[in-house]
Amino acid sequence: MSDTKKFMYINRKAPYGTIYAWESLEVVLIGAAFEQEVAMAFVDDGVYQILKGQDTSELGIKNFSPTYSALGDYDVNKIYVEKESLDARGLTVDDLLDLKYEDEDDDWAEKDSIQVVTSQELAEILEQQDVVFSF
Amino acid sequence: MGIEVNGKVLETDEEGYLANLNDWEPAVAEAMAKEDGTELTENHWEVIKFLREYYEEYQIAPAVRVLTKAIGKKLGKDKGNSKYLYELFPYGPGKQACKYAGLPKPTGCV
Repeated sequence: MSDTKKFMYINRKAPYGTIYAWESLEVVLIGAAFEQEVAMAFVDDGVYQILKGQDTSELGIKNFSPTYSALGDYDVNKIYVEKESLDARGLTVDDLLDLKYEDEDDDWAEKDSIQVVTSQELAEILEQQDVVFSF
Repeated sequence: MGIEVNGKVLETDEEGYLANLNDWEPAVAEAMAKEDGTELTENHWEVIKFLREYYEEYQIAPAVRVLTKAIGKKLGKDKGNSKYLYELFPYGPGKQACKYAGLPKPTGCV
């Protein structure tokens, strides 16, 4: 489809306390429902958005982290996490949600959506996008 | 607005979606279907049950494309297509089925 554009959503903020993370996720799901090519990047405190084992019961806010697991169903399977941001927070990919998708072109094999990339690699990925949103 | 179920009036939004997810019971779906002039069959319940499970797991109501694909995977190819789902839910499988299931309007639904 020639009118498909590459959309990238960059997430920089911690999940709760501001509405950015949830808004971004909603916009991503809406964009994906219109069959655009959608990717996400998590940098700085944004990496906390996809941390495993979130518990918001003391915050009185809905824990929307289970929704990230639905991204695969929406064909959002390019999820980049900046290595430097993880390192600075003492985190590794094992601390993150196990986000998967099924590859239609490979007999529905289950694959990892998350790719840890360096700041330099992420910059190159950003170069290739048609539209970049920052949340 | 509201909908009367078993003698209680449950709050709904301006489009008839349940205001509180926890108010849901099967009788709610039946009352909503009756208002639309629809009789719920086993095939309708299958989709409603699927949507409630999907919401429980992911905290969102799936977009219709996602719903169609997922139904196909779970209930078979003959059910995972828009023709089948639109026959069951002529007002749109996303909107109408989510409404009966007590979920909010699907994310990405305009």
